[in-house]
Amino acid sequence: MVRFVLQRLALTLVVLIGLSMLTFFVARIIPADPILLAAGPRASEAQIQLLRERYGYDRPLVEQYVRYMGDLLRGDLGTSVVLKRDVGPDLARYFPATLELVLAALLIGVLLGVPLGLVAAVYRDRLPDQISRVFSLGMVSIPNFWLAIVLQLILAFTLTILPFTGRFDRLLHPPPTLTGMYTVDALLTLNFEAFGTALRYMIAPAFCLSLGALATIARTVRADLLDVLGTDYIRTARAVGIPTSVLILKYALKNASLNTLTQVGLFFGYTLTGSVLVENIFSWPGIGNYAVSAALTKDFVPLMGVTLLTGFAIVLVNIVTDFFYLVLDPRIKYTS
Amino acid sequence: MTIQTSFPRSGSPPPPPAGNKSLRLALYRLRQSPLSVIGLVMVVFILFAGVIGPELVPFPEDATGNTRMEARLTAPNETYVLGTDDVGRDVFSRTVIATRTSLVISLVVLAIAMLIGIPLGAISGFFGGWVDEVIMRITDIFLTVPALLLAMAMAAALGSGMVNAMVAIALVWWPGYARLTRGQVLSLREREFIEATRALGGGRWHTIFRHILPNTLSAVIVKASMDIGFAILVAAGLGYIGVGVQAPTPEWGVMISEGRGLLRQAWWASIVPGVAMFTTVLGFNLLGDGLRDILDPKTRR
Repeated sequence: MVRFVLQRLALTLVVLIGLSMLTFFVARIIPADPILLAAGPRASEAQIQLLRERYGYDRPLVEQYVRYMGDLLRGDLGTSVVLKRDVGPDLARYFPATLELVLAALLIGVLLGVPLGLVAAVYRDRLPDQISRVFSLGMVSIPNFWLAIVLQLILAFTLTILPFTGRFDRLLHPPPTLTGMYTVDALLTLNFEAFGTALRYMIAPAFCLSLGALATIARTVRADLLDVLGTDYIRTARAVGIPTSVLILKYALKNASLNTLTQVGLFFGYTLTGSVLVENIFSWPGIGNYAVSAALTKDFVPLMGVTLLTGFAIVLVNIVTDFFYLVLDPRIKYTS
Repeated sequence: MTIQTSFPRSGSPPPPPAGNKSLRLALYRLRQSPLSVIGLVMVVFILFAGVIGPELVPFPEDATGNTRMEARLTAPNETYVLGTDDVGRDVFSRTVIATRTSLVISLVVLAIAMLIGIPLGAISGFFGGWVDEVIMRITDIFLTVPALLLAMAMAAALGSGMVNAMVAIALVWWPGYARLTRGQVLSLREREFIEATRALGGGRWHTIFRHILPNTLSAVIVKASMDIGFAILVAAGLGYIGVGVQAPTPEWGVMISEGRGLLRQAWWASIVPGVAMFTTVLGFNLLGDGLRDILDPKTRR
């Protein structure tokens, strides 16, 4: 198993280096010139040249890449040409907000998706199952940024039961920063009022983000439950007289949970992507919003930072998921 | 000739039509799944709207930056069935015209993605060894990063616009097809008919393009039908952010973005294009889901 973990890590390193090259060359080879954009339309030739030298853009590409990698290894993600700030601290400030949103979305996905899949499996091929199928396909078909606007229209404008945008009441102080995730920080400091406020701001965007995971988890739970329900030991248990509810909740669901866990791991990345647009609509101060403004101003250093951080987070979650799988199911042996 | 050995019991679905032609069998299976039929109807309707809809809409001139200030922010009425936006353009006309934009984008994206992905996947699977290793590690890199994020970076770098948006999305979309084709090729490579082709002296490229690739087609079709909807969503996402299709071209993402600022005065400006997009994506997903059951019996549950 140690060998397996080491192999995975080595592969991950290759992928991350590749990712850094990809983002780097996308940013430098393709036409748009960030320096010209940053300098503005009225900058003189000399000023532009000065900027180029300051950010090292006058060097050969390979040298630029080597310098970029060197900086990266020292934890320096570069400086934004537009914001004139270092990218690293910005990411550190925005990432917890995104992570909080994504984790909340995955939690909603599990809490709603598992019962939905359960109902579909129990009523296989009957009306509840069909409804669940349409519902799942519908949820992956909804443009989540559009749903975000619909929720704003209904919940914030018309019913005024939830705040319109933002992450916390502007007139109040957010809980002290421990993890950077407001709800977690509020709970850790036993500040339940702040927890409630943070939750009110988070619920709508988190729900929008949860749909993909929710739908897939529902489908996975259904398929796995049907598999398990067809096995001999369940039939035996049924014959012995164990009630169906106990059978499903206690025996079948346990064995179906493994695949669900994998789905949650896989959907971490998917949900992280969705957060780009949803954060933008709810003015949620996360890395998605940060990436959108960077893309609009053709500010590539922050964009590369977000891409690398996202890729790194996804690879990390995949490894952890694999590892859990390995621990939870002793039948699986990783060779190769 | 097949001999019917079992007779339909009451309540069970009728048996497949005799003379098992694959098309008839497929149609039979399609009929067995009402949801796929609904999906098919939706897709046909959408294709219809995309192909000839733009010629039939009441205000075709609204496809441009046309303004009609006297009618701005009109609520849905007889003239403007789904209302107007902040410069008085008919939301219904623009939404229908945008159907064509989105269909064209997603089809071109998938075509480019397949043109890159399928040959690379086939080469990877067929030759194996270091070639396989290199190509697969490259797909790993692309598949690690969320498509939208990478497409956003590419689109920003290439410059905004419809063509660049298509190129950007296709460049992040091909690894899926490479992976799929590789998997298919790996299993086909060992089959007897391929061995026979080789024994008869068929060259490598001949074997790949004439005997292996045609057999991967059904898997590719299934994936493509599921992907159309997602490609539409990503393209609209780019349009919404502002790095994809640019205003005043009617495109759902762009329209939603413009309508978002008018939420208080004119909710229809952002809700209507979203409904159209949702319907389109749902139609393709329902159809794709059904096609998977039909063309890929292994995954049937």
